[in-house]
Amino acid sequence: MRREAIIAVNRFGLGAAPGELATAASDPRGWLAAQISKPAPDHPAFAELAPSSETLKEYPRWIASLRMARGAPSASMGADGQPAVRGIEQNFRDFFGPGLMKEVGARLAAGASTPAPFHERLALFWANHFTVSAEKPVIFAVVGSFEREAIRPYVAGTFVDLLMAATKHPAMILYLDNNLSVKPGFTGPPNAGANAPRLTGLNENLAREILELHTLGVNGGYTQVDVTTFARVLTGWTVGGPANPGFAFVPRRHDPGPKSILGKTYAQDGIAQGEAVLRDLAVHPATATHIATKLARHFIADQPPPAAIERIARAFRESGGHLPTVYAALLDSPEAWDAPLAKLKSPVEYIVSCLRALPAAREAKPQALFFTLREMGQRPFFAPSPQGWPDTAAAWAGADGLWKRIEWAGTLAARAGSRIDPLELARESYGDAVSETTRLAISRAESRQQGLALWLASPEFQRR
Amino acid sequence: MTTRRDALKVLGGLAATATLPRLGLAAVPGSERRLVFVFLRGGLDGLSAVPAYGDPDFVAIRGELAIAPPGTAGGALQLDDFFGLSPYLGEMHKLYEARELAVLHAVASPYRERSHFDGQNLLENGTVKPFGRDAGWLSVALAEAAGASGVALGPSIPLLLRGPASVTSWSPSALPTPDPDLLERLAQLYRDDPLLAKPLAAARRAQGMMEGNDARAMGGGAQSVTALAKAAGTFLAKPDGPRVATIDFGGWDSHANQIGEYSPLTRNLRLLDRAVTTLKSSLGPVWKHTAVLIVTEFGRTVAINGSRGTDHGTAGAAFVAGGVVRGGRVIADWPGLSDRALHEGRDLRPTLDLRALLKAALVAQLGLGETPLETKVFPESRGLRALEGLFA
Repeated sequence: MRREAIIAVNRFGLGAAPGELATAASDPRGWLAAQISKPAPDHPAFAELAPSSETLKEYPRWIASLRMARGAPSASMGADGQPAVRGIEQNFRDFFGPGLMKEVGARLAAGASTPAPFHERLALFWANHFTVSAEKPVIFAVVGSFEREAIRPYVAGTFVDLLMAATKHPAMILYLDNNLSVKPGFTGPPNAGANAPRLTGLNENLAREILELHTLGVNGGYTQVDVTTFARVLTGWTVGGPANPGFAFVPRRHDPGPKSILGKTYAQDGIAQGEAVLRDLAVHPATATHIATKLARHFIADQPPPAAIERIARAFRESGGHLPTVYAALLDSPEAWDAPLAKLKSPVEYIVSCLRALPAAREAKPQALFFTLREMGQRPFFAPSPQGWPDTAAAWAGADGLWKRIEWAGTLAARAGSRIDPLELARESYGDAVSETTRLAISRAESRQQGLALWLASPEFQRR
Repeated sequence: MTTRRDALKVLGGLAATATLPRLGLAAVPGSERRLVFVFLRGGLDGLSAVPAYGDPDFVAIRGELAIAPPGTAGGALQLDDFFGLSPYLGEMHKLYEARELAVLHAVASPYRERSHFDGQNLLENGTVKPFGRDAGWLSVALAEAAGASGVALGPSIPLLLRGPASVTSWSPSALPTPDPDLLERLAQLYRDDPLLAKPLAAARRAQGMMEGNDARAMGGGAQSVTALAKAAGTFLAKPDGPRVATIDFGGWDSHANQIGEYSPLTRNLRLLDRAVTTLKSSLGPVWKHTAVLIVTEFGRTVAINGSRGTDHGTAGAAFVAGGVVRGGRVIADWPGLSDRALHEGRDLRPTLDLRALLKAALVAQLGLGETPLETKVFPESRGLRALEGLFA
């Protein structure tokens, strides 16, 4: 089943590493199934990264350094006497940038070398589903640990555990402002520092995005009243003070009493109320359809086939959101094995597949990869909004995005020198899915380098 | 203080002085006309950008977010006796005083829910549904204006510019430019693959137009909005270049701590101010033929929320700048900020359909007539008239 192996390593994986196509060829479906039945192998790259419980303690240190900088007007004022727009950003990057670069490097290294690329794809899928983004500066130091602490351990578990872990992670609480949401009429002291803002009531950001993006979906049948009520349910879900900055439930911030969401009344006290709502949302039929649609769009086609969506959604409903069962339904969808090369790779998928194909390229500095990805429009850990990165060719096939891929392909090929036989590499990755046109173009190239650039920029290699 | 009736008189006065008396009868503008669309993604807080300091309920409902009236310390910049401009928009205020910038308020797209993503989709696709169509109204409009093309500044093309028109995109790059022979071979290789062939051709055109520009010298960070604004000006200033440019500018979702010198909203307002002046200087003499629309997907709640920010709302503010604009005025049929006046008890009530502004810009800058505007560009907009008298 050579053809199924090509689909397994490219569509469901991250592109073939040397020898991977051959490994998968004996039993492509079994090769994939084995990756989702258990937790991912430990990536050595993650071993030395700091947990969120440590990096969150850096914020008070940074704020103190900022105050000192503010005390010196020349350091923070622009030529026009206004505070410099970039001053704080620069300061913040200097402070937290090295840690973020380690996260970027580790994540790309994991993608480039993992023997379980389908599992890795799912980790990236869920990290995007539960987007937290360093576009909001406070997230800078926890966006990487969020993925390692709240997403990766749950990829082969249940959706409710994943939802609970993601919602309770300090990165999500901070990204969607729930640390600032308190019961209406709250008068207690703020939880951090004398200069912290006074909190007076609800902030509905997290409640809305859980309903719209993480569970039911925008047409999932909830109302503005449900959003506001859910925000009241989630009051008190916050992060602790500087000494203990992890997730915390603070009862005095919580709006007590029974509340009704989507027609059901929740009588629980305290944190149990929010947990009960999340448990119900996690297994709601609208959630099943929402997740199934996103999985089918991500793995099968930009216009996902309705039969595949329904098959995956049914598996979700019947298993109560048991994710390996859901993934198995995806793999059982004939549509997923139909047309090869149906999806355009996102920039991250594209770069990682280059690194998998060319082990020598894995020595590239994380900064260089980070800036290349930024120029391609997908700066790692900086999704533009809580909706995450787009997942269709229309979003990635623009002129400038393609131009950057060609620039990168040319650069990488020049670096690889003449050591790589591009035709051999093409066969190693896409077997007989390489078109005659592409084969001819590579064989007629003026040099091995140019042949390699043509392959990396080819219609086949840009797709999965 | 301006009352609702006075505001209506302003609108009437605009119509009376219009040089484009009726849609369809307008002289077709020359091909030197240019249009820039700046999309403030995330929901600009209209009452922070354009405080209605004259409204009797303004201070009470805004609380700490109420910007002081003009003439007081840290106060708004005066627009008229009712509206002010954020003190962080000083350059835009100069354009207002030079009558090259108009302000619109209580304006909204037809979207009445509160999802960013649906709101942006709907505003971009030009229909009244979030997934109403897979093309943007600006692309459809460009296709109607024979021979006109567009450029998206940034690494990806927003829905707004996807569709039937010829469109390219551009953003700065630090990677080496590909060898021309490689590009020629790739053009051959993509021959039967329109998904790649069309963008490659468009990218090569864009690279040609930007030749000689040192992208990295544009300042403010390679992908910063000021760098993109400068590039937009370079493209549009080419006589044979694109006539339309889009700039995506995200980060306006100010749920918390939106006041003070160091808040993200303040930072963004300053960047916007800088981007507009950068665009103007980059356009050079073409500025006098240009209209710049500055628009967001929805406004925010009128009342301050529990964390010194605002949540997703409905109507808000928009701006239009440029040499073709009859500026120096605020266009608003002000609904008021009393409890009774608010939309669903929380948001600024929309009294002006954003599409009336967009239509007027397309009439003035691309010479579109009423029929394509209400059948193709904004399919569910029959009877919605373009704002009159806004463009010279």
